[in-house]
Formats: sequence, C-alpha cells, structure tokens
Amino acid sequence: MFIKEYFKDIFSAIKSLLVGMRRTGYYFTHHKEIITQQYPDNRLELNLPERFRGEVVMTHDEVNEHACTGCSACELACPNGTIKIINKFDISPEGKKKKAIDTFVYHLELCTMCGLCVEACPTDAIKMANTFEHSVYTRGQLTKQLNKPDSKLRAGVE
Amino acid sequence: MFSLESITTLVQDWLNKTFSPNLALFFEFVIVGVLAITLFAGLGLVLVLMERKVAAWIQIRLGPNRVGPKGMFQSLADTIKLIMKEGLTPDGADKFLFNLAPFIVMMVAMLVLAPIGFAKGFQIWDINIGVLYVSAISSVSVIGILMAGWASNNKYSLLGAMRSGAQMVSYELSVGLSVLSIIVLTGSLGLNDIVLSQQDGWWIFKGHIPAIISFVIFIIAVTAETNRAPFDLAEAESELTAGFHTEYSGMKFALFFLAEYINIFIVCAIGATLFLGGWMPFHIGNWESFNHVMDYIPSFLWFFGKTFFLIFLIMWFRWTFPRLRVDQLLNLEWKYLLPISMFNLILMTLIAIKGWHF
Repeated sequence: MFIKEYFKDIFSAIKSLLVGMRRTGYYFTHHKEIITQQYPDNRLELNLPERFRGEVVMTHDEVNEHACTGCSACELACPNGTIKIINKFDISPEGKKKKAIDTFVYHLELCTMCGLCVEACPTDAIKMANTFEHSVYTRGQLTKQLNKPDSKLRAGVE
Repeated sequence: MFSLESITTLVQDWLNKTFSPNLALFFEFVIVGVLAITLFAGLGLVLVLMERKVAAWIQIRLGPNRVGPKGMFQSLADTIKLIMKEGLTPDGADKFLFNLAPFIVMMVAMLVLAPIGFAKGFQIWDINIGVLYVSAISSVSVIGILMAGWASNNKYSLLGAMRSGAQMVSYELSVGLSVLSIIVLTGSLGLNDIVLSQQDGWWIFKGHIPAIISFVIFIIAVTAETNRAPFDLAEAESELTAGFHTEYSGMKFALFFLAEYINIFIVCAIGATLFLGGWMPFHIGNWESFNHVMDYIPSFLWFFGKTFFLIFLIMWFRWTFPRLRVDQLLNLEWKYLLPISMFNLILMTLIAIKGWHF
C-alpha cells in the first residue's frame, strides 16, 4: 500500500503543478488581462475599481441635503480618532430642541482608509470616494469639513 | 550556407600565417576570452530583462516599459547604476574572503562554459570528458557561496549559505543520475559526441519515457542547483533578506547576480545539449528531405532557441510555484527524485543494452 500512496502522491503533485503552470501560462499569453494603470499618462480616463478606498466623503443631494444625523457612531468606530463630530441644537417650530450636525471634522492625515466608519453609519451618510491625489503643502489643509456649508438633514432620516 | 565554423577556420588560418604558432595561440586565447566576456555581459543584460518581462506578464503586470522602446534599455540602466554604486565591505567581515567570493562564483560560471558547443564546430574546448568536467566544476560554485556567507559575518548570510550548501550537495546527485541516463545511451562523455549521436532525432524522443522522466528530473534538479525559486532557500528574501549576498553592494553584488543568470544559461545549455540535441537541427529518422530543410536554419540559432526555451521554462517555474521549506526540499530530493532517477537509470540501461531506443 505504501508504494501505491507514493505514486499517487507523485502524480497528484505533478497534476497540481501543471494546473498552476497552466494558469500562469494563460496570463503570460493573454496580455489583455493586464490590470496595471499607467497612471500619470491616463490620468483623465483612470478606471479604478469600485472597492478602492481613497477618502471619506459625505454624500449630498442636489438640494444640498445630507443624511447625517450626528449620532457619532462613526466617531466611535474610528480606531485612530480621525473623525470629530460637533453637534448643535436646532429649535423646531414647535419649540422643541433637536440635535443636528454642525461640523463633521475629518482628519485625512490620520485616516488609514479602513472603512469602519462607513460600515458603522446607520443612515449611509458617508462613503469612501475613489480620489487619491491627496498631497498638499501644509498639514492644516488635510483637516476637512465634510458637510457642505448651509447643508441640512434630509427630511425623514432619523 | 552561413556557419560559424568557416569564420573560426578563417581566423585561425590568418593568425597562423601571420604570426608564429605560439603567438597565434596566444591571440586565439585572447579572442576566446573577449568573446566569452562579451557573451556574459550580453546574456546578463538580456536575461535580466527577459526575467522581468516574463515575471510581469505572468503576474498580469506590464513590466519595465519606460527606458527605451518597450523598456529595452532597462537592464543597461541598472548596470550603469550598479557600476556607480559604492562596493561596501562591512567592518566585521573577513575582508579577503569577502572580496574573493564573488570572483570565485563568477570564475566557476566561466569555466563551465568551455566544453559547450554553441554551433557546429564552434566550441571552446572539445574535451572528451565534457559531462564529467561540467558536473565537477559546477559543484565548486558552492564554495564561493559558502565563502560569501561565512565572510559576511552576518547570521542571515551564513544561514543562507548553509542552506545553499545542503541543497546543492543533495541535488547534485539527481543531476548526475539523470545526466548519466543519457550517457548510457550515447556511450560518450564528450558533449560534441553527444550532439552528433542525435543526428537522427533528439534523445528526448529517441529514449522513450525514461528519457522524458530524466529530463523532468534534470530540470527540477538544476533549478535547485542554481538556487532559483521554488528552491531559492539560499536567498529567501522574505526570511533571510537576501541570504548569502545580503552584505554585498555595487559591482560585487552585480557579479553574484550575473553569475546566477550565467549559471541558468549554462545548465539550460547542457540540458539542451543532452536532451534536445544541442546545435543539431530537428531531424526525424530517415526523412532526408525534411532533415535537409531543417539544416538550412543555422545551427547556432537552434542552440540558442532550445536554450532560451529551457530558460523560459525555468522562469515560468519561478513565477508560478511557492518556495519550499527546508524539510520539504530535502524530502523531495532524497525520497522522490533520487529513488526515481535510480530506477530510471536501470530502466535506461536495459533499453540501451537491448537496443530498444530508436
């Protein structure tokens, strides 16, 4: 039985090696599969994959409304203090105080692009954008405010 | 028809007519030396670029494509960079051995070149024990590697060198036995005789399945002997940074690098000579007209074509397979390759005695 196992081992090993070589041989002969982007040359028609994580942005619709309720779940989820949410209290017509977002501070220089804030967000207010050309001359320019000025919470989002 | 043999006879006649025999011999030495060094430099440039392009295409990348048209001058630019760099010698190193090691590795690679027939009648030294000479000299390169690892005074270098020693000593056996199975068929150790014996077909076709088995074993074992992935334990950049040449920089590193590629070329040339007929064109038995057509392709093209095919095969291995562990490496040699090649040798001997080969 030992001999049988021995030869079975050899043949299965050769077979698996040939399977691997067939795959790499396929890639070697099919240059259309190449995924390299020649970046500075094709800057205008860059084709980045959907899952690429460049920076955190807040989505605003055409009437300048966002979905951020200021719950600060993202702030808690962030492993290195990239996000700081400053809230304010709006007075509603009925005279009730309502919590709303004042400033969504995002420190790009601290961000590791892990995407945990996006997963933590209950209202899908933030997402990861595809941009990656982040270099600036001073550190201060990397601290960003994500909610646009005069934007407000979309009606119906709790 | 164009042949290198006519050029060499022309040069020799002219030298002998113009100078005294001793002086003519001296000039021939010089010419051969210059040609060998030129071949080495050219091969280094071509093979490094080839390796990088093959690696890139296999890994769905583009590879070097900026320096010159399609990146053709990339390895030239790299060479200029390496020449400019400072050749550091570490403080704690054994200075003499440290500086000697790259030259030993390089010299071994140069010596093995001697008996290889590049084309019909184009051979530096037609020695009648060519195969023995090659296998004897090629095992000297382990001394250079051990010397480099020891003299570096660095634990990673020493570990890499020791691994390389264990690997080379064990895989030498398989190379020897698989080469021997062809020697059994030809009955001669001279590389020229081996090529001439393949006049009516290459040994890989004439020797049935045992020849194919010994070819496969030969390719696996020489990949291990040249310290290339999947057997690159001596370098293993993820474990030992660069193994025995961790401490080398500049031109001394370049010599190791060049020697690696020259060694690949040489083992592939020997593989091509033994199994694929060396410079012998593709002949089939007694098909006179077919053989005649094949003869029109110059013999050095046949030789380099076959050699580069084998080099490509070894590069394909490198970029496909993951690296072996040390125990797996030694298992593969002592439990699989060695017993199989021994049985294969017996089978081959039987075939040779009974005359079952074509």
